[in-house]
Amino acid sequence: MRNSFIEGLISRAAVLNNIVLVVGDLGYSVVEPFAKRFPDRFFNAGVAEQNMMGMAAGLASEGFHVFVYSIANFPTFRCAEQIRNDVVYHRNAVTIVAVGGGLAYGNLGYSHHAVQDYALMRCMPGMLIAAPGDPLEVRCCLDYLIDNPQPSYLRIGKAGEPVIHQRVPLVEPGRWIEIIKGNSGKTLLCTGASLEIAKRWIEHLPQYAGYSLHSMPLWGMMHKALQPTLVDAWEHISTVEDHLRDGGFGSWLLESLSGYPNLISRISVKALDPVVCGMVGKQQTLNAAGGLIG
Amino acid sequence: MAEKIRRHAIRMVHLARASHIGSALSISDILAVLYGDILNYDHKNPLDSERDRFILSKGHACVALYAVLAESGFYEASDLETYGNDYSKFMNHVSHSVPGVEFSTGSLGHGLPYGVGKALAGKISQLTFRTYVLLSDGELDEGSNWEALLFAAHHGLDALVAIVDYNKLQSLTTVSGTLGLEPLVDKFRAFGCDVIEVDGHDHAQLKLAFSARYPGKPLVVIAHTTKGKGISFMENKVEWHYRSPNQEEMMIALSELEFYHA
Repeated sequence: MRNSFIEGLISRAAVLNNIVLVVGDLGYSVVEPFAKRFPDRFFNAGVAEQNMMGMAAGLASEGFHVFVYSIANFPTFRCAEQIRNDVVYHRNAVTIVAVGGGLAYGNLGYSHHAVQDYALMRCMPGMLIAAPGDPLEVRCCLDYLIDNPQPSYLRIGKAGEPVIHQRVPLVEPGRWIEIIKGNSGKTLLCTGASLEIAKRWIEHLPQYAGYSLHSMPLWGMMHKALQPTLVDAWEHISTVEDHLRDGGFGSWLLESLSGYPNLISRISVKALDPVVCGMVGKQQTLNAAGGLIG
Repeated sequence: MAEKIRRHAIRMVHLARASHIGSALSISDILAVLYGDILNYDHKNPLDSERDRFILSKGHACVALYAVLAESGFYEASDLETYGNDYSKFMNHVSHSVPGVEFSTGSLGHGLPYGVGKALAGKISQLTFRTYVLLSDGELDEGSNWEALLFAAHHGLDALVAIVDYNKLQSLTTVSGTLGLEPLVDKFRAFGCDVIEVDGHDHAQLKLAFSARYPGKPLVVIAHTTKGKGISFMENKVEWHYRSPNQEEMMIALSELEFYHA
């Protein structure tokens, strides 16, 4: 995913000279092509996330679209107030790019696990979350964010994620993308890298036979109103996410259905159990330990 | 101008029963010089790309900025009367809803990184504007300022001017009794900045300092000030970080200003 991101960013930055990339002293073997091609628009902010985010907001206030790239918790929790006040409150076009979403850096330990990031981002009015499920969703999400500059959070994995889509899909915030058309009136609804897991469940686990598969890579506080109508077309929906249930994607969907008790009863949430907090292991191992088995 | 700022500030905090008058009086001369003699701006076009940028990082002293912007033509002085009212754009920490205000602050340690971003943008775009950020001394406890200075010095952002309102009082007691900043000049120099120390109430000194520019280095102006400056019973008193003057205190304060600025 990170390679898809940097390739997409370079191709758009070749045309749009207001795109700037800021990194937090991370991105080895990923960001170099951008730095080499656009040296005047690449900055390593060092290991100093508060300044990195505040500075990015200041740059954006002068007409730049600033992509701030770092691992998981560093461009998020470490500088949460800069995101809240300097980026979102001022409606500055800063896209936070968190590499290693979920448990992608499982072996690196809790400091590098992004399992509460949706909770932080989705409580900010005006923040658009982009959580692509495969490298092709990265490209369409990136294009959407560049074409619609706004405070945004792009959560990607690392490298080697499988391609799920046949072609680059069309994305709109709050809209579901159909990937597998089942025959049961039931669907799995994913955001982020859980797409791969959910696809495996449908293909291999009998309890999900006949399920459809949907991805919703773009969502946020502003896009809840669309959900009751979308949910109403299904007799059962199970959300899937590599994030804790509290503050996560499934909770977001349930919130969007408050006032529709008949729809809420159709939802179940597959999310990580907090038992994974503090565990160390490969991504697949920890996802399984957290309940995303298969 | 400085007297007008002080008068507006005292009336505003009295009417709104608001805090931070000591902080506003501390920076009144700094703002009078910036808006009177230094900053390039067009009040009819507050977002002119060539304008100098000014960021009040110590957003709690906003009444002084609201006042100087009114006196500089960004809006009518009568608009200030809505300060602190329900739904007023003049909220009690500086708000970018107010014409001429670049950036909302209130949480300390945000202004300098944001200003670094603006100065960097000017460098990338090869624009000639300067970015001035006014910080409090207590605010320097925030590590984000030192992160920002590292970056600014590394990138040679010489269009950036950090002004420290060094009144030596912070929220509960003195600066030296909280987290000592000295030797402050040495600290800024060690971070790669050029430093000028001035009397923060001497307009000639302020004007000279704000006009200085050292190629390749950010500039820090340490303005030695007095919290509550101009009002005898407010000067150097921690309580005026919080208290709002009652009617009698306001009248005394306004009459003292006639002599102070005479």
